Amino acid sequence: MLILKCPYCGIEADETELSPGGEAHLKRYGPGSSDEELEGYLFSRENPKGVHFERWRHVYGCGKWFHAARCTATLEVFGTYSAQTFEPPKEIIKIIKVKRPGWKWRDLS
Amino acid sequence: MSKRLGKGGLLINRNKPIKFEFNGRKFSGFEGDTLASALLSNNQVLVGRSFKYHRPRGIVSSGSEEPNALVNLGENDKFEPNQRATTTELFDGLKASSQNHWPSLNFDIGVINNYLARFLPAGFYYKMFIHPRPFWKYIYEPFIRHSAGLGRAPSQKDNSKYEHFYAFYDVVIIGGGISGLNAAVTAAESGLKILIMEQTSTWGGRSIVDFPNIYDETSLEYVSRLLSELKKFENVTIRSRMMGAGVYDHGYLLGYERLNDHLNTDDGPRHRLWRIRAKQIITATGAIERPLSFPGNDIPGIMLASAVRDYAVNFGVSSGDKIAIYTNNDDAYRTAITLSGFGIEVPVIIDARVSGGGELAESARALGIRVENGKAISKVFGKKRVEAINICDHKNSTKDREKIKCDSIAMSGGWSPVVHLYSHCGGKLKWDEKLALFRPDGYAKPTSFDGQPFVTAVGSANGLLLMHDVIQDAWEGCLKVIQAARGKVKKKSPKETLHERANAPEAIWIAPQDADIKKRSKIWLDFQNDVKVNDIELAAREGFESVEHAKRYTTLGMATDQGKLSNINGLAILSSSLGKEIPKVGTTTFRPPYTPISLASIGGSARDDLFQPIRKTPMHYWHEKNGAYMEPVGQWRRPFCYPKEGETHAKAVEREINQTRSSLGLLDASTLGKLLVTGPDAGKFLDMLYTNLMSTLKIGKCRYGLMCSENGFLIDDGVVARIDEQTWLCHTTTGGAENIHGHMEEWLQTEWWDWKVYVSNVTEQYAQVGVVGPNARNLLEKIGGLNVSKDELDFMEWKDGKLGKYDARVFRISFSGELSFEVAVPASQGMAFWNDLVEAGEEFGVMPYGTEALHVMRAEKGFIMIGDETDGTVIPQDLNLNWAISKKKDDFLGKRAQERSFMVNPNRWKLVGLETLDGSVLPDGAYAIADGFNSNAQKLTQGRVTSSYFSPTLKRGIAMGLVINGPSREGEIIEFSKIDGTIIPAKITNPVFYDPNGEKQNV
Amino acid sequence: MKRYSVFAVAREALRYHQGWGRVWKKPEPKKKYEAIIIGAGGHGLATAYYLGKNHGLKNVAILEKGWLGGGNTGRNTTIIRSNYLQDASAAIYEKARSLYETMSQDLNYNVMFSPRGVMMLAQTQHEIRGYKRTAQANALQGVSTEFISPEKVKSLVPIINIDGPRYPVLGALWQSRGGTARHDAVAWGYARACSEMGMDIIQQCEVTGIRQKNGQVLGVETSKGSIDCEKLGIVVAGHTGVLADMAGFRMPVEAVALQALVSEPIKPCMDVVVMANTVHGYMSQSDKGEMVIGGGADGYNNYTQRGSFHHVEETVRALIETFPIISRLKMLRWWGGIVDMTGDRSPILSKTPVKNIFINCGWGTGGFKAIPGSGWAMAELIAKGHSSLTEEFRLNRFKEGQFIDESVAAGVAH
Repeated sequence: MLILKCPYCGIEADETELSPGGEAHLKRYGPGSSDEELEGYLFSRENPKGVHFERWRHVYGCGKWFHAARCTATLEVFGTYSAQTFEPPKEIIKIIKVKRPGWKWRDLS
Repeated sequence: MSKRLGKGGLLINRNKPIKFEFNGRKFSGFEGDTLASALLSNNQVLVGRSFKYHRPRGIVSSGSEEPNALVNLGENDKFEPNQRATTTELFDGLKASSQNHWPSLNFDIGVINNYLARFLPAGFYYKMFIHPRPFWKYIYEPFIRHSAGLGRAPSQKDNSKYEHFYAFYDVVIIGGGISGLNAAVTAAESGLKILIMEQTSTWGGRSIVDFPNIYDETSLEYVSRLLSELKKFENVTIRSRMMGAGVYDHGYLLGYERLNDHLNTDDGPRHRLWRIRAKQIITATGAIERPLSFPGNDIPGIMLASAVRDYAVNFGVSSGDKIAIYTNNDDAYRTAITLSGFGIEVPVIIDARVSGGGELAESARALGIRVENGKAISKVFGKKRVEAINICDHKNSTKDREKIKCDSIAMSGGWSPVVHLYSHCGGKLKWDEKLALFRPDGYAKPTSFDGQPFVTAVGSANGLLLMHDVIQDAWEGCLKVIQAARGKVKKKSPKETLHERANAPEAIWIAPQDADIKKRSKIWLDFQNDVKVNDIELAAREGFESVEHAKRYTTLGMATDQGKLSNINGLAILSSSLGKEIPKVGTTTFRPPYTPISLASIGGSARDDLFQPIRKTPMHYWHEKNGAYMEPVGQWRRPFCYPKEGETHAKAVEREINQTRSSLGLLDASTLGKLLVTGPDAGKFLDMLYTNLMSTLKIGKCRYGLMCSENGFLIDDGVVARIDEQTWLCHTTTGGAENIHGHMEEWLQTEWWDWKVYVSNVTEQYAQVGVVGPNARNLLEKIGGLNVSKDELDFMEWKDGKLGKYDARVFRISFSGELSFEVAVPASQGMAFWNDLVEAGEEFGVMPYGTEALHVMRAEKGFIMIGDETDGTVIPQDLNLNWAISKKKDDFLGKRAQERSFMVNPNRWKLVGLETLDGSVLPDGAYAIADGFNSNAQKLTQGRVTSSYFSPTLKRGIAMGLVINGPSREGEIIEFSKIDGTIIPAKITNPVFYDPNGEKQNV
Repeated sequence: MKRYSVFAVAREALRYHQGWGRVWKKPEPKKKYEAIIIGAGGHGLATAYYLGKNHGLKNVAILEKGWLGGGNTGRNTTIIRSNYLQDASAAIYEKARSLYETMSQDLNYNVMFSPRGVMMLAQTQHEIRGYKRTAQANALQGVSTEFISPEKVKSLVPIINIDGPRYPVLGALWQSRGGTARHDAVAWGYARACSEMGMDIIQQCEVTGIRQKNGQVLGVETSKGSIDCEKLGIVVAGHTGVLADMAGFRMPVEAVALQALVSEPIKPCMDVVVMANTVHGYMSQSDKGEMVIGGGADGYNNYTQRGSFHHVEETVRALIETFPIISRLKMLRWWGGIVDMTGDRSPILSKTPVKNIFINCGWGTGGFKAIPGSGWAMAELIAKGHSSLTEEFRLNRFKEGQFIDESVAAGVAH
């Protein structure tokens, strides 16, 4: 039973207020993209046993989408942040690096 | 015999006798008794039969760890199977019966399994009953099913009430013994918000029974003083009869409060499930005594030493006249001393340790009790009751030394901390070699959202068994917890108290140590599931080496007590069979709940009419009053049809359609989703969402739109109306309103967050009525106001204004093919508006129609229905809706996906109409067959029916379907299969069966 | 290996069962195998078994990180059915179901397959149409199902409340030869048979790397050393992403928690398996007497084998509504498993971008019922390079847009 802090309304929201939305920071591929790009965008997922960047919606609260950095193996939450960004904030990356030495994600290391 | 003593009984009120029934016999006990203590006081030691061999079973424990004393409790709607007698508080009129026997407890046919026990070792069923094949289903399995199970199934609906609480605390303390109470007092002083819960009705845990005095008070005084101190704190909530049921991630904790199980009443809720968020949790859950593993250790009359003590001190009940003690540790000597104090004969204390016990043993000897060190019980005489024992040397069982008469045995194999709650959420354990027990590893506690520990075990639950250690540990553990919860720490260490000097226990996993296979076949580990030492050994020999394998193969620990008494003993046998150390073998996973909790408490108050909310349109009650047969559509209820007295649904639907097509029908369309999309970028946004071009829609006009998922599939459809320069009103399907609203928000917030668009779901703000049929305009003109003539309001246009006294928005759209208006009025005016329409429509024979008539009429007209023609695998192109897919746009959701190879395959199944040759109705969902079979021997198909109805208008069956290359095959006859294997030929037609040129709707 | 029978048990009983040997051997890994299967769950063991039995390929090792059958094989609700809508699903699940019918005899191990019947309740008009369509499809797929009336539902399941205030029972899709089996026994039975064929089941052996050269597999690195192989099958539900990462490709799967629970045992009161998809719950009664209960999966990535309590709440609530007599029963044990979910919620049985690596994953909530069919098909794919049963479950379907979507027929699968 997760608790995630909604970065918009500041509430420590119980999981029952939230709706999960899958992996965050996916780049949309529309017309003109290759089949591989489209498949990657729609279906390929990091699915890590460890640090995961993911989307949530505070659906029974303020209604806003936000992002969370969370460990899928321990359920530790490293931070939540605005959904309106292309990559995780530097502060959160810093926290993760301290807590999970050797961690890598896409191009970040 | 077991009996009530002339004195003693801290918890009972001898002035208040209570009558109860067991197996139809009338008994009497006292207020404060448990069912178990009351049964014992009436010499009812035999209380049930075991699961597999149907062996006689007696009460073993005095608490929630009880594996044997399970009863059917109550009657009728209050009947409950598998209730533990040891935790059932006695009330007047209680009725209980024993379980798992036929015809009676004393004479049980099932005991034949016991005589066959040698042929039924662990896992016997995997090796037998293999041939002949049908016998498993028809003979073996029914037999096994009927001899398994425990209590009876309830036969009635449960009418008691249940509820949930939400609660938030800084620190929750589970357990009301001296460690819990001391921790609570320490925590209370920190100013934090505290909850302490105790699963029984009384406080103090074992201390009241085990220690006559604590500091300079009696233990009873000490406990009540701590409790009254706690009550003074406003920041402390105190609850008894409440169990910590489960610890979940991020400090989520379930508390299970039993409010009136101990009362014969239905006032208020029976159970309350507390859903707690705690910053920190302290488990002060104590420890459970382990049985000793010796031959015949399951015979009624053999009990845990601590339980024998509990029954004497708390209830003034003796488990026998002559009670032998058998132990591997000092603690059991307390039982001997206690019994001696009550004047009960203790013929012998058998201590497995050659070196014997410490201070307590000396006290027992001083009382004149015989103590035999280094000895074991080699045999127990008696079947349904202990009669005598043989004793031998612990390390040499070849020769019995002596037969000693006794009718009860108090055994102690040491203690196991209750680590369940600590472990539920990932807390790790370590093996304490000296005390022979698993205790919480303080360095590997469960962690919360911040990665920090949030569960701390204190006292006996932390592996500390002596009073001073317990109190000290409760204080120290609590200080750390207070710091973690950011409370104020007051450093006031507890006073020194009595230091007992105890000799170390000796881990005795099997007694006598050299017991041969015959003896090992009579040593029980799991009393309820009949798992014996030789069963575990067999599992190990056969390669079931993992503790999970051994558990599942033998069913050890899978009974209703979940192995509270048996797991450690079984684990030790397994590890010695494998020649491994105990910690290398490890424990099975601890899963909630700690003890079983009622399913009803999990459901809470949301049952019957409150099970799920029902959404009702403003006209809902009119429909109900006028005989509507309602169908669930999402959370809405919609009229399916309005059958008249004695009319079938089919006839009602026919009547509704005929009247609508010939004159006038009314449809409650309020459930249709209504999303208001507004802002400078709203047009651009809708162009991305719909396959159509919506930005060019003129104010005052409507357009039918299609929405696809990014994966290309059609997800919703509906009419979009342009309200003003920056506002569009998007209609969705009934089931789609919330989803499509969410879909829009998702794209707006997570992809196009810089677009200036605002979406609001106004579905429930309006009542919407479809006024349908040749007389539709006449009716609205009769109501008066807004000009709805063809010139003023043409097809696919909308208009705001007054209709009669109502604030109306009139859309001229049609889903039936008739002249049709959909009129939206504010929800508050809906009922009055509907009534006026019904009244004014009387001269036209106005008739309400339901969803089925709606479906048939749209099918007659060839309109698709989301969920019928689509199923999540259909793209708009399949439905010949290319006209609604804009060629002018670079992009919309799903556009790229629709370009994938399988989507542009020319051989996709496409929408057609279907007519049987004889006018009959094609079966719902029937498939059109093709020649041959695929490589998996499945019949090849070439299409399927998506909607099929009897058309009252055309007086024959009509259907829509998807067929390979369908539209180019019009006129061709294809074959549909029926479930019975027969074939129905049908002709491919245009899907528009009725008024193909739209002359009816465009008047 | 000793043959199991009532006579064997009786003979052994005379010497207190001292003569039973290991059910499966405990070998050290060899340097090289023709084929290695990673994962000794039901699917992995079944794959190995049919490699040997159907294709004569017996130089096989099955590597297991923990204990055989210790993953989802041993933590599901044991339902077996094949009433799927789409041809590809019906084919593999019906293959599995038919193999379950004779599994006890084939393996000489009683897996207690009990064709007690599975019913899926229709509680909305939409569900009625969906299940009628499924029955039509099943008739052509050689799967025996029928759509039955509420009265028939009541006669098969007397404890059901067909007039529920919220969702009345309007009918049901009924598969009389669906049912349950003893889940652990399926893994143990296959393991015993594989071991008997000379295959090496190596438990407590974690794969830490996958070696390849020129796009072709060479072998694996493990906690017990390096092992070569010609062919490699990855059959590790829940941990597919981790293994795929070692092989250097990504999979369209996500790991989520699925929860289940049982009540305390009671005397028999329900003979068939009932699934209520509108309200998201299903229930059967085990041979022990426990009511076995499951519901939908959690929605977020999770490797903890612990789910969120509110899902359990919803499931239990739905089942009390459907079966009012269970209200006063007690929840005995609750647990969670990790399941792989794919983009279309159907499994993947496929070749991969690396030559001679094959993958079997994505069974989501429905893996147990597929075990023998999945093993049969996977063995064919590994041995021959193609199988009609796996063709449509290929990895490339996501690129092509040819999905296998069962959601039309069931809100929840399992």
